[in-house]
Amino acid sequence: MENRSNNFIAAAQIAIHDADLQTAVSFGTHSGFSKRQAAMFADGEEHGQAMRQQAAAIKRHGLNHLPDLLEQAEANMQANGIQVLWAVDSAEANQHVLEIAQRHNVQSVVKSKSMVTEETGLNHALEAASIEVLETDLGEYIVQLGEETPSHIVVPIVHKTKESIRDLLIEKANMPPTDDTEAMARFARETLRQRFLAADMGISGGNFILAETGSICLVSNEGNARLTTSLPRVHVALVGIEKVIATVADYATLTQVLPRSATGQTMTVYTHLINGPRQPDETDGPEHVYVIFVDNGRSDIYNTDYVEALACIRCGACLNGCPVYQATGGHAYGWVYPGPIGAVITPLLTGLENASPLPYASSLCGMCKAVCPVDIDIPRMLLDLRHDLVEMGKGGTVWNAGMKAWALGTKSPTIFNLGGHAAALARHIMPKSLPGPLKGWTDYRTSPKFAPKSFRQLWQERTGEADEQS
Amino acid sequence: MVERESPQGKRVSLFVTCMVDMLYPDTGMSVVDVLTHLGVEVDFPMGQTCCGQPAFNAGYRQEARQVAIQFLKAFKDAAVIVTPSGSCGAMVRHEYPRLFADDPLWGDEARRLANITWEFTEFIVDGLGITDLNGRLPTPQTIAFHDSCHGLRLLGLKQASRALVGNLENATIVEWDNSETCCGFGGLFSVKMADVSGAMLAKKIDHIEQSEADAIITGDVSCLTHMNNGLQKQGKRPRVKHIADLLAEGIRDGKSVE
Ligand code: SF4
Repeated sequence: MENRSNNFIAAAQIAIHDADLQTAVSFGTHSGFSKRQAAMFADGEEHGQAMRQQAAAIKRHGLNHLPDLLEQAEANMQANGIQVLWAVDSAEANQHVLEIAQRHNVQSVVKSKSMVTEETGLNHALEAASIEVLETDLGEYIVQLGEETPSHIVVPIVHKTKESIRDLLIEKANMPPTDDTEAMARFARETLRQRFLAADMGISGGNFILAETGSICLVSNEGNARLTTSLPRVHVALVGIEKVIATVADYATLTQVLPRSATGQTMTVYTHLINGPRQPDETDGPEHVYVIFVDNGRSDIYNTDYVEALACIRCGACLNGCPVYQATGGHAYGWVYPGPIGAVITPLLTGLENASPLPYASSLCGMCKAVCPVDIDIPRMLLDLRHDLVEMGKGGTVWNAGMKAWALGTKSPTIFNLGGHAAALARHIMPKSLPGPLKGWTDYRTSPKFAPKSFRQLWQERTGEADEQS
Repeated sequence: MVERESPQGKRVSLFVTCMVDMLYPDTGMSVVDVLTHLGVEVDFPMGQTCCGQPAFNAGYRQEARQVAIQFLKAFKDAAVIVTPSGSCGAMVRHEYPRLFADDPLWGDEARRLANITWEFTEFIVDGLGITDLNGRLPTPQTIAFHDSCHGLRLLGLKQASRALVGNLENATIVEWDNSETCCGFGGLFSVKMADVSGAMLAKKIDHIEQSEADAIITGDVSCLTHMNNGLQKQGKRPRVKHIADLLAEGIRDGKSVE
């Protein structure tokens, strides 16, 4: 997918003034956040925090042993009859899928939700090869109908109001007019059902890969993932290499924190553990199962201080909790992954120079880390990325000069005090609108007012202490 | 959080913060008044300027280090540092050890100062073990809290301020569902991403307007400035107050004797 992250500031401003988007995102994120809160701490704060720490340790363990676990997963999958492929980047991942499609004479594809295929732009690649592709997750289906991209990693259409979804279904899918959300869902379900039966290939992502058993784990609520992975002749799962975990016991923990954090459920409606193609004594299931492990920039992160970004289980909790995401929605971030984790992995996966505003798209309030089920220190990484930008010379000329001057004045108490005196004297002539890069402040707030006497002056007057500076 | 040495009975070096120094000197005096009221001896190292956070948060580590070194020099004789800011407190406690991690010259001192730095309410409640200042507000006030993000999520501050205010006569605490929501300040964020920050501020102001509180109490003058100057810009009553000022008001005449 094309990256428009450098346009964040302008896109955010448009989103802030989009009333429908504001209504929809505000409702969606707040409901997601409070459901998560209730589910995560249903058995008390301590229990919820313990689950988080356990999950965090499991994913860190998985990352520490990533190369070994991937090999183990591959071997176990092959033993189960799953064919394993590796893709270094988007192009190779898509190429693998196209070759598989050709090999099995595939005309039509159904897909269940997968963010990694958004990264690779798989749908376009399939369509370019004249293969029909249909998204079967309700949200993704609507995204596809509207020719949009998902704006949230769990709730792709969180930016849309019920009314705009209705209008889209009427216009693009000939839905009989209705205002009833259940009727809309039923309509979509019936439309999708027919297409499942006709599809030659099902494409899914993978929430976890269990190295111990070689299983692909998927969680879903709509049943579409089950149909996608069992009805068509061929099933292809595309998964990021960071998805592998060691054991079934690890999975037992993660499968508790993921739905709680994502949708506030104790468990999703469906949990799938896929162990391979249809066996001779079985009556259903695909004839062929492929897993494509996608790197696409991940191994470049692996040996850096940013490795913990790979622990993400894509629950979306940090998006729902983030006041910036709540204000802008997901599209402003410009690429596949929005919100706090997107602000970290977009620069890491696509190049910092291609996403330079994102590390600054945070007030550093720390909510993302606080809600993350695997305790990823997103604020720390945002700060490190800002530092990287400055080191790259991308801090901006005005800021570079400003910071240098500020440091010069502030590292010396004498100059600092002189500055304080000057500011105090100038306090009556503070303009209503501040100049240059500070103008943004006075767009929404009045100028700060300097006090006639600084604290240090008051202190000296009170204590009679002389001005001795070290 | 790591167990820290008790600050009881030790002289306190006040780190007033650059913003309080220049914009809110009276708040600094409130801190001194409250600490003195509790029998704490306070000094004010004149060499102090700023903790360096503005540069650090902007990614300018070299500049942040230069300013932080001045902090380390200014507080070289400190046994306990108290600051009326969760954010600057978190900078010293969390980021200094990282900023000077591999520094043979300043590393030890950075870690020492990180360990002896306390946020104002935390110092009183957790450090001194005091929750009742024996204070009384001159007139009845309803109080809501804005738990500033860094204090809340980096230092775990929440209960200390409530305990202290809860024990003030004439203070009624009202809880609201917005106490932990960021006001949108974020330092550099408020100018670099002014529209997003402004949108966050607008939401915060809506909640303040809807709340029944006479005053919103916070532990950071940065958030306070953001909210009050935002309210002012919209022609509304600035009513965010620093916790030190409220407590100082409370100890002025003490509890009524019945
Ligand atoms: S960073 Fe954490 S909270 Fe955000 S999506 Fe990933 S796992 Fe969820």
